[in-house]
Amino acid sequence: MLVLVLCAACGDGARVRIGSKKFTESVILAEAGTALVREAGLEVEHRRELGGTTILWNALVAGDIDAYPEYTGTIAAELLADAHLDADDDVAMRKALADRGIVMSSPLGFSDTYALGMREDEAARLGITRISQLRAHPELAYALSHEFLERKEGWPTLRERYGLDATPAGMDHELAYRGLVAGSAQVTDLYSTDAEIAVGHLRVLVDDLHHFPDYRAVWLWRADLAPAAAAQLERFAGRISVAEMIRANARARIDGEPEAAVAADLVARVLGVRVAAVSASRADRILTHTGEHLGMVAISMLLATLVAIPLGILAARRRRTGAVILALVGVIQTVPSLALLVFMIPLLGIGWVPAVVALFLYSLLPIVRNTAQGLTGIAPSLRESAEALGLTAWARLWRIELPLATPAIIAGMKTAAVINVGTATLGALIGAGGYGQSIMAGIRLSDRATILEGAVPAAVLALAVQGVFSLAERWLVPRGLRPARGARARVPAVDGAA
Amino acid sequence: MIELRGVARRYGEEVALEPTDLAIARGQTTVLIGPSGCGKSTLLRTIIGLVAPDTGEVIFDGVRVDAASVRAVRRRTGYVIQDGGLFPHLSAADNVALMARHLGWDAPRRQARLDELAALVRLPRELLGRPPGALSGGQRQRVSLMRALMLDPEALLLDEPLGALDPMVRIELQDDLRAIFATLGKTVVMVTHDLAEAAFFADRVVLMRAGAIVQAGAVADLERAPADEFVTRFLRAQRRGFGGAA
Ligand SMILES: Nc1ncnc2c1ncn2[C@@H]1O[C@H](COP(=O)(O)OP(=O)(O)OP(=O)(O)O)[C@@H](O)[C@H]1O
Ligand SMILES: [Mg+2]
Repeated sequence: MLVLVLCAACGDGARVRIGSKKFTESVILAEAGTALVREAGLEVEHRRELGGTTILWNALVAGDIDAYPEYTGTIAAELLADAHLDADDDVAMRKALADRGIVMSSPLGFSDTYALGMREDEAARLGITRISQLRAHPELAYALSHEFLERKEGWPTLRERYGLDATPAGMDHELAYRGLVAGSAQVTDLYSTDAEIAVGHLRVLVDDLHHFPDYRAVWLWRADLAPAAAAQLERFAGRISVAEMIRANARARIDGEPEAAVAADLVARVLGVRVAAVSASRADRILTHTGEHLGMVAISMLLATLVAIPLGILAARRRRTGAVILALVGVIQTVPSLALLVFMIPLLGIGWVPAVVALFLYSLLPIVRNTAQGLTGIAPSLRESAEALGLTAWARLWRIELPLATPAIIAGMKTAAVINVGTATLGALIGAGGYGQSIMAGIRLSDRATILEGAVPAAVLALAVQGVFSLAERWLVPRGLRPARGARARVPAVDGAA
Repeated sequence: MIELRGVARRYGEEVALEPTDLAIARGQTTVLIGPSGCGKSTLLRTIIGLVAPDTGEVIFDGVRVDAASVRAVRRRTGYVIQDGGLFPHLSAADNVALMARHLGWDAPRRQARLDELAALVRLPRELLGRPPGALSGGQRQRVSLMRALMLDPEALLLDEPLGALDPMVRIELQDDLRAIFATLGKTVVMVTHDLAEAAFFADRVVLMRAGAIVQAGAVADLERAPADEFVTRFLRAQRRGFGGAA
């Protein structure tokens, strides 16, 4: 079973896998590329919304995906930063990429440059049209995307170049827009092809000091990509104008059309090719995500239980080793889940495996700790009685100590499983699917229904997991230890909270 | 049957047991008595290796009690402590039969032995299905005794077996216990706080103080010829506290 799942995750060589970042334009382009490659009769799969630039690039280099849409500015400033390339020097860039086994396509036509933007009415009131004018308005609040805050050509150098004095709040790109609309922030970073620009809500501030490099859209693919697939992707060369891209973004983000349909329409408009819009029904998606989510939770919990109970026993037996074990699994718990997932990528690639491993690591602490506490909490008189009977150490553990610790152990597993269900929504960030896929897509598209499509089943699953463990308590906890009758049970109730 | 040779044990700075010699004859009932903290439980525990002596050795039926022999010695001994030490996750019957099951006795054999023991300790059989938490203190002690007797051991070690019971139940169980000891003829080592109880059971009383044996013999001998001032004071204090009992 486990082997099957792991191999489903590693994929087969024949199938082309096109990745996308977790923003609409990337999803539409990848969807369009996928449709066109499929049109050529190849097996192809779109691995949607895998996360940010780092994740996609690592996945491409590692061979977890074969191609994804990228921007020249990002390639020069982020991916090949060590080479100090000029974003306009395609020859040098191609050569540096080739050294890493990666091919860059011809530019698709449009550029999606970073820019700063303000609400049109606000900007008009203050008379701001250029970024340099922001210096005179230190009172403005900035809501910037995390990626923009981090990137070398983003906030750190922008603020220096323009001498801006502000403490920006970091948030999700799509959320920053909403902060702007709601008035909680006045300035955000945006992309020059953003849908909101099309409907006139936003003013793009002129980059008068020419800080941002050019972000021409291109495909990156692995040198070992099937030539037929590469040829299909190359067909987009020079065909997608800024206007077409803004239009497509707007249809997806503002009109709420399915990305597959938008992408099919884009392909038809720019290439004159009819491709099928493959998009699953809501029920299908929920079903798929449930399978992915349950799989992640079940397998990581199974592995965690198999490892954590022996660790808990060891921790109870040897106090000093126990302190080390608990400290270690405790430290894992403090690593932010996103960071842990990103750590996993260079080691394990993207998809199921790293997600399951991360969830496994998170599930250890509650189970190890409760097992250890359940065992050390056993009354000395009971230990002594078991010893006096002449049982072997193993028999004592198996027949006396573990049964006495079951309430604590099950409480620990319950805690781990509930945390696990919640954390597994982040699996979508590294291509493991699950309910997080809908939640992320919904946030990106400002589409409540899609968010609920992930959030509601996730909540239901959390409740169901609680229910299952309550049943397990009934089945597994010996009668004499149950609260109602076992008033004399001397195993202390161990709280399960993390 | 059981012999302690120079057995001593300390916990850090605290001496729980001075180097102690004691011989316990087969088939006799020996009662350890003395003030709280004088080392009675410690002495009892060393016999079956629950406490490892710092120095000295314990000989059980001619065999030195050590890591290799301790499990066999424990299986030839029944051990009962004050609150019974019954496992709350098992029914009374499973508590009693735990070791027999571990040793591979088949179900009919276990059941036959359970019936026999229930009759011996006068415990209604229908109570055997209950978890210990659903039994009274006296019933729990009867179940503990059954568990100790299950493998028909040669020796019984009882650490204040009646200490937590109310006087009525206690007297009833004292009578039953003495009858059982008389019937089975086992070697019994029992700890108590109560001189009257000691006198009731003992072939021989061992009076301890601060980790050492002060005097051993019949209660009447202790009264007639106290070894020192402490023995006299101990007996007098006991007489006042429990005057008239037994
Ligand atoms: N595990 C232990 N750790 C530290 N000290 C101990 C331990 N067990 C016993 N002692 C100490 O050893 C001494 C003898 O204890 P022991 O339990 O043998 O006394 P006792 O005669 O049975 O007392 P009581 O009548 O109160 O049961 C006491 O001072 C006690 O505090
Ligand atoms: Mg004691």
